[in-house]
Amino acid sequence: MTRFTINGRTVSVDAPGNTPLLWVIRDELALTGTKFGCGIGLCGACTVHVGGRATRSCITPLGAVAGAAVTTIEGLDPAGAHPVQQAWGALQVPQCGYCQSGQIMQAAAFLKDFPAPTDEDIDAVMAGNLCRCMTYVRIRAAIKQAAAALKPAPAAAERAPADAATAAASNSA
Amino acid sequence: MASGTASRPVFGRIALAVLVIIAVLCGGFAAFAHRPSIAPIAPPAASTFSPELIARGELLSGAGYCSSCHTAQGGKPYAGGYAIRTVFGTIYSSNITPDPGTGIGTWSEAAFERAMREGVARDGAHLFPAFPYDHFTKLTDADVQALYAYFMTREPVVALPPPNTLPFPLSLRPLQAGWKLLFFEPGRFVADARRSAEWNEGAYLAEGISHCGACHTPRNALGAEKKGALYAGADIDGWIAPPLTRANPSPVAWDAAELAAYLRSGVSGLHGTAVGPMSPVVHDGLIKLPDSDIGAIAAYFADVGQAAAKVPATQAAADVGQAAAKVPATQAAAVPRALGREQIDRSRMRTFDAPARLYVTACASCHYNRDTVNPLRPDLALVSAVSLREPTNLIRVVLGGVSAEEGAPGVVMPAFGSGFSNADIAMLAAYLRATRTDLPPWPNLDKTVAALRRPDSPPKPSP
Repeated sequence: MTRFTINGRTVSVDAPGNTPLLWVIRDELALTGTKFGCGIGLCGACTVHVGGRATRSCITPLGAVAGAAVTTIEGLDPAGAHPVQQAWGALQVPQCGYCQSGQIMQAAAFLKDFPAPTDEDIDAVMAGNLCRCMTYVRIRAAIKQAAAALKPAPAAAERAPADAATAAASNSA
Repeated sequence: MASGTASRPVFGRIALAVLVIIAVLCGGFAAFAHRPSIAPIAPPAASTFSPELIARGELLSGAGYCSSCHTAQGGKPYAGGYAIRTVFGTIYSSNITPDPGTGIGTWSEAAFERAMREGVARDGAHLFPAFPYDHFTKLTDADVQALYAYFMTREPVVALPPPNTLPFPLSLRPLQAGWKLLFFEPGRFVADARRSAEWNEGAYLAEGISHCGACHTPRNALGAEKKGALYAGADIDGWIAPPLTRANPSPVAWDAAELAAYLRSGVSGLHGTAVGPMSPVVHDGLIKLPDSDIGAIAAYFADVGQAAAKVPATQAAADVGQAAAKVPATQAAAVPRALGREQIDRSRMRTFDAPARLYVTACASCHYNRDTVNPLRPDLALVSAVSLREPTNLIRVVLGGVSAEEGAPGVVMPAFGSGFSNADIAMLAAYLRATRTDLPPWPNLDKTVAALRRPDSPPKPSP
């Protein structure tokens, strides 16, 4: 039995400790928003949060998350209205949509570490989340829009003008 | 003198003499190795011990991470049976709960003290030095009493460990008397009057109950810590316990503040996270110590590591545990240099460089930093695992990941061993060594990954 919390709910899962967390999330806990992509930690489709940090669930063994707090796309925001999700909708980022829950979970965690991301930051951190529809330009724009939305009002003035200009340009594109 | 005709009786007499000498030597050794049994007692009532004494014992049991070795995986606390795999064979830890039949319930305080100070069980049997009595001999009388009080008031558990797998003649306990004669120096901790009280407190804990040298000091062919190589780093349980001396290759010198942060939280942004055998030391053991004791151990090791030689500015402060106040000069330079190395990924990506692409796709989303080091995004140009002489720790972490209980509590690193081939991991290790350090490449990485991937064998990496 491995106990952990998922989207704030405590669960005990009776599965071998080396079972991939992704299998548990989808097959045992029936939360199918998290997708299976490559299965070897190289595409990002299975990204969830463990302890608030983006984590590839397909290669994370169940035993490793004992006692931890796991968040999936279903639990990112109770109303599905996290600023990253709102930006995703506003800019119509998804095309086929398969990679999007992983993209959104990665982006949401990323913005906590890099609240004012540069293009280079986005390239470096989001490169592990593949999109076969090639929506990367819209993903980048949505991340910048979400960063702007997440920015607390007083801090907005401190933002680098170049960043603001880029974000504005992306938004109007 | 002896003629050829007399050779047979002479030979017979010599043989007899040799046998007699051997018999006398054996008898002498047996007498030398003999330790008397100490009479069993009825298990003392918990009310015999003051709550203060038990509380001190609990703190010391944390400082010594007794439960790490005396609790089997999934077993009851302190009931023993944990397998300690040594190059000589597997030794199973003993039950140190106060069960009279299988634990130490019938041990008097004198018997407990003799075990701690001399490595001898109540019945007179020599203990193997897998039990670090060579460190515990330094404890004060009061602390031995406190530990006795703590263990005698635990829940008794009926449990016998499996038999050890030491081969003959190493399995002969009386031979341990010879080992002790060669390598064991009994004696209390002696404070160094030239040092601060904090340094001495740290040294007392580190050399005694916390037995840091048991993992961080290399051992000789007979398993004794090498006196001349104190804290020089060693193989332990298939991991590398890094050097705690000036030989530590980490790009930023450890100082007292960083050591204290690491020992307290399991994370140092400038050096990495506590994983493998170091994780329970921090998360199950030292967690019971107050900040002042953690600070004392840190002050001691800041001195052992001679951070002064690398970082003049903090030494004076480190000795009194105030290193936090200053950012050392070398650190200020090392961090931007480390962060600058991230640019290599970008330039090599553009040339369709396979290891760079693998790194950026698999690793950078968590390990990339821009202008500051986030301890929860361990910077691979700073972590010890990449700069150690052996690739062992890096490969182990990539293969098996880091669980929520290890390292930074509550967060994990996935286990890339389930998806990556040995060649993939060897390629990543070689890439990090080449792009994150100026150190020579690790040889035979493919073989080392294969050896470390095998379950259940704490293998030695091929150097």
